[in-house]
Amino acid sequence: MSDADADGPTETVGEVRADGGSSDDSGGAFGSAIERGEDVPLLTGSGEYTDDISLRGTTHLAIRRSEHAHARIEGVDTSDAEAIDGVIAVFTGEDVVESGVPNTIPTAWDLPGLVQPQYRMLATDKVRHEGTAVAAVVAETRHAAHDAIEHVSVEYEPLEHVTDPVEAVERDVPPVHEEAEDNVAFDFELGDADATDEAFADADRVASVDLRQPRIIPNAMEPRAALADWEEATGKLRLWMTSQNPHLHRMLLSAGTLGLPENKIQVIAPEVGGGFGSKIYHYPDEAVTAWCSMQLGRPVKWQATRSESYLTDCHGRDHVTTGEIALDDDGTIRGVRVETHAGLGAQLSQFGTATPSYLYATVLSGQYTIPAIHCRVVGAFTNTTPVDAYRGAGRAEGIYVIERLVDVGARELEMDPAELRRRNLVQPDEFPYESAAALVYDSGEYERAMDLALEHVDYDALRERQRELRDEGRYLGIGIGNFIESAGLSPSGLAGDLGAQAGGWESSIVRFDSTGSVTVLAGTADQGQGHRTTYAQVAAEELGVSVDDVTVVEGDTDRIPQGMGTYGSRSASVGGGSIARGAREVREKARRIAAHQLEASVDDIEFDEGEFHVAGAPDRSLHIQTIAHEAYLGHDLPEGMDPGLEETNFYDPENFTYPFGTHVAVVEVEPETGEIEIERYVAVDDCGEIINPMIVEGQVHGGIAQGIGAALYEGAAYDDEGHLRTRRMDEYAVPHATQLPDFETDNTVTPSPHNPIGVKGVGESATIAATPTVVSAVADALEPFGVEHLDMPITPESVWRATEGDR
Amino acid sequence: MSEHSISVTVNGTQHELTVEPRTLLVSALRDELGYTGANVGCETGRCGACTVRENGETIKSCTRLAVQADGAEIETVEGLADDGDLSALQERFQEHHGLQCGYCTPGMLMSADTFLRENDDPSREEIREAIEGNLCRCTGYQNIVDAIEATADQLGEQR
Ligand code: FES
Ligand code: FES
Repeated sequence: MSDADADGPTETVGEVRADGGSSDDSGGAFGSAIERGEDVPLLTGSGEYTDDISLRGTTHLAIRRSEHAHARIEGVDTSDAEAIDGVIAVFTGEDVVESGVPNTIPTAWDLPGLVQPQYRMLATDKVRHEGTAVAAVVAETRHAAHDAIEHVSVEYEPLEHVTDPVEAVERDVPPVHEEAEDNVAFDFELGDADATDEAFADADRVASVDLRQPRIIPNAMEPRAALADWEEATGKLRLWMTSQNPHLHRMLLSAGTLGLPENKIQVIAPEVGGGFGSKIYHYPDEAVTAWCSMQLGRPVKWQATRSESYLTDCHGRDHVTTGEIALDDDGTIRGVRVETHAGLGAQLSQFGTATPSYLYATVLSGQYTIPAIHCRVVGAFTNTTPVDAYRGAGRAEGIYVIERLVDVGARELEMDPAELRRRNLVQPDEFPYESAAALVYDSGEYERAMDLALEHVDYDALRERQRELRDEGRYLGIGIGNFIESAGLSPSGLAGDLGAQAGGWESSIVRFDSTGSVTVLAGTADQGQGHRTTYAQVAAEELGVSVDDVTVVEGDTDRIPQGMGTYGSRSASVGGGSIARGAREVREKARRIAAHQLEASVDDIEFDEGEFHVAGAPDRSLHIQTIAHEAYLGHDLPEGMDPGLEETNFYDPENFTYPFGTHVAVVEVEPETGEIEIERYVAVDDCGEIINPMIVEGQVHGGIAQGIGAALYEGAAYDDEGHLRTRRMDEYAVPHATQLPDFETDNTVTPSPHNPIGVKGVGESATIAATPTVVSAVADALEPFGVEHLDMPITPESVWRATEGDR
Repeated sequence: MSEHSISVTVNGTQHELTVEPRTLLVSALRDELGYTGANVGCETGRCGACTVRENGETIKSCTRLAVQADGAEIETVEGLADDGDLSALQERFQEHHGLQCGYCTPGMLMSADTFLRENDDPSREEIREAIEGNLCRCTGYQNIVDAIEATADQLGEQR
């Protein structure tokens, strides 16, 4: 970036390009589809995931979990397990209590009136969901540990259980927690109830939909794992773990759980095999691993089996919702009213409270001007695996509701769903746009992206073809999904006002060494997003060096002092923003050194592709990498300047960023068999400035796959005993290669005006978009059968049932 | 528990080791011999992260006991690159962004590499079928299919 835009791309706000990706024609580092630096170790098998790491004397932990959904623990007998060859120790919940550590798994987000029951590493009184950790066995080998957990005998008094969030609140069942007799953890409201009632009373028409958003199990391909090494002599804990946010894990482990100062805990996230939310949280299991190492003074490793992942990785979604939309005959949306029961599972996970409240209700305005919105969410305890953020977290659930409502509204008005959307879009000159759901959108050109998506499918011709095919008894469906995302969690002050127990800033260090190479230490943590490449691009662009000169380090709390981690589509905008700001400070210090050594005034020093030169005298110049050397020599620096060339930056964003776009799915549904074929899938995403178009496209592809998965294949289910029915990979349908089509992607570029590099983020966008898009397409195909809505996952059976009477 | 002595050749190097009868091939490779490229995603033969080649055929090494591999020639992802030079398939994976977190990648590469030996001019449909047993949660598969297709094209041109 040259000096002209040193303040970021603010001046280009409103400019929109539909250029298929690259946002920089100059061929510079920022905007190029360069190959990823992280790939070679991963392609050759040398990359190290947690389970690939072993220390001398490593022991193995296996965790005994409850097979009951809800039961009182009457007694735990460990003697048989202890007698097994190779077993070193067997610990129960009482042992953890007796050790005197704080022993809480804390919630990171408070809400008014929130009931916060105790959550311990190992259960002592009751088990509240199948899979609750009850005892821990440490043995010399993994086999021995797994053998031994079978021999821990736990005596239970089973209790009646409940798995459905509506039943939990409305039926008379024994409470999951005594503190919440009616199983209500919180009762949350957002928006203006009176204004909404009025809008509904005044409007010409009202349409509504009852819907369920089933539980999704994240299914990162690498199951969670931890390796803990307690060093008695120094009182220091080293913990390698599958973490999206090592610093947050350090913080949560420190005071709440283990009672160690932060500076005595080193959390290392090595290669992490996918997360999608599931590796954000502070789970009992990793904490138990650390605690066992502290008891035994030996390294302890825990590797979840896939069944353990299904039972214990936080699930996503679990909403039961009634939504209503008030419309005038001309298609003006007057109001939206939503009531949701959100299943929280048996315990409050870190963001389990934030996800169905603030992250959900606040996006219910979608891309539309809606004068009145009201949303109520009842958060319910159930005897199920805790629920927390899964890719799209809250925003996905909210956009699903508003997009379904717009579709049923269009049906009610007999208006084309694209037209109804168009009539209500927030217009470019209305930004910053304050929605009735309490967000201030940063920038957007919604209609531009929607038009581009519709052009890609040739919308009018497609509708024509749909009519023709219907005459032949074939059912084509066109689904449109408009979305926004509130990304880039989050302005700390705002987050604090809403109940967050942590800040939303990000931190980085940008450091030249004396040979002119650059190290970027970033507080976020990658699980496949390619940070090491994109961050190098950001730094290289700001510093005028080659991407190859930049090394990015992430995922180690001893090397990177502070950070918040990777979730909520925040890394590019908040992490990248921090790096850009740090790099600019480094560049300005270098400029002052250059001015001093070139004997010119600082204002006369221009910077171009790494070279500082005196204005009007291009041959009087010094390269920034030469200055790096000078900065460490310290022989000839400006009066009073400290040596060295590095900066630590904390960046606290002033607002969320708001990625947006339109996805279109074209499906053909065969009512006789219920089969759904995705003929085309078009995604137009606007994530602001694009650092690396190849990586952005990859994020979009993966996001669509997960959105289609939710719409058509996935979903956790519990049986009548409260047992998870989908507990193996052959029972839970992660889409495979033959179940997904090729995707067609395109971009518009509307920079975020407040982000230092104009980016908005893209990690979750496509998952948010794809789910309503595909459901909309199937419902559209089945319009002749009077089908307005089908709940996810839409299986051949559900299609067949919905159309049965009409065939 | 009784132990068995077995001998397996991995990427051309012969190894002698003792294993319990129940030790899985994937555990023997990873924990005993240090070939940690093959990953464990499910241990039930469903995800394909542990895919290796045994005597020229791809197998899911979590569905094989180590003792069954006594005397076998095993090839793992560590053997794909030649003296540090990536194979054409590995290069195309990088070029087409066919991996994100990389956890599925070793298995995906072994399946694709074997498939391309059998079918050097595949359709996209055939490629998708060939990797149906390898789950990837990150990429949505399209770039993986692109990478395999591009490798096939390249190998076709070289013929
Ligand atoms: S680990 Fe072998 S197939 Fe999943
Ligand atoms: S790249 Fe992450 S599972 Fe395939």
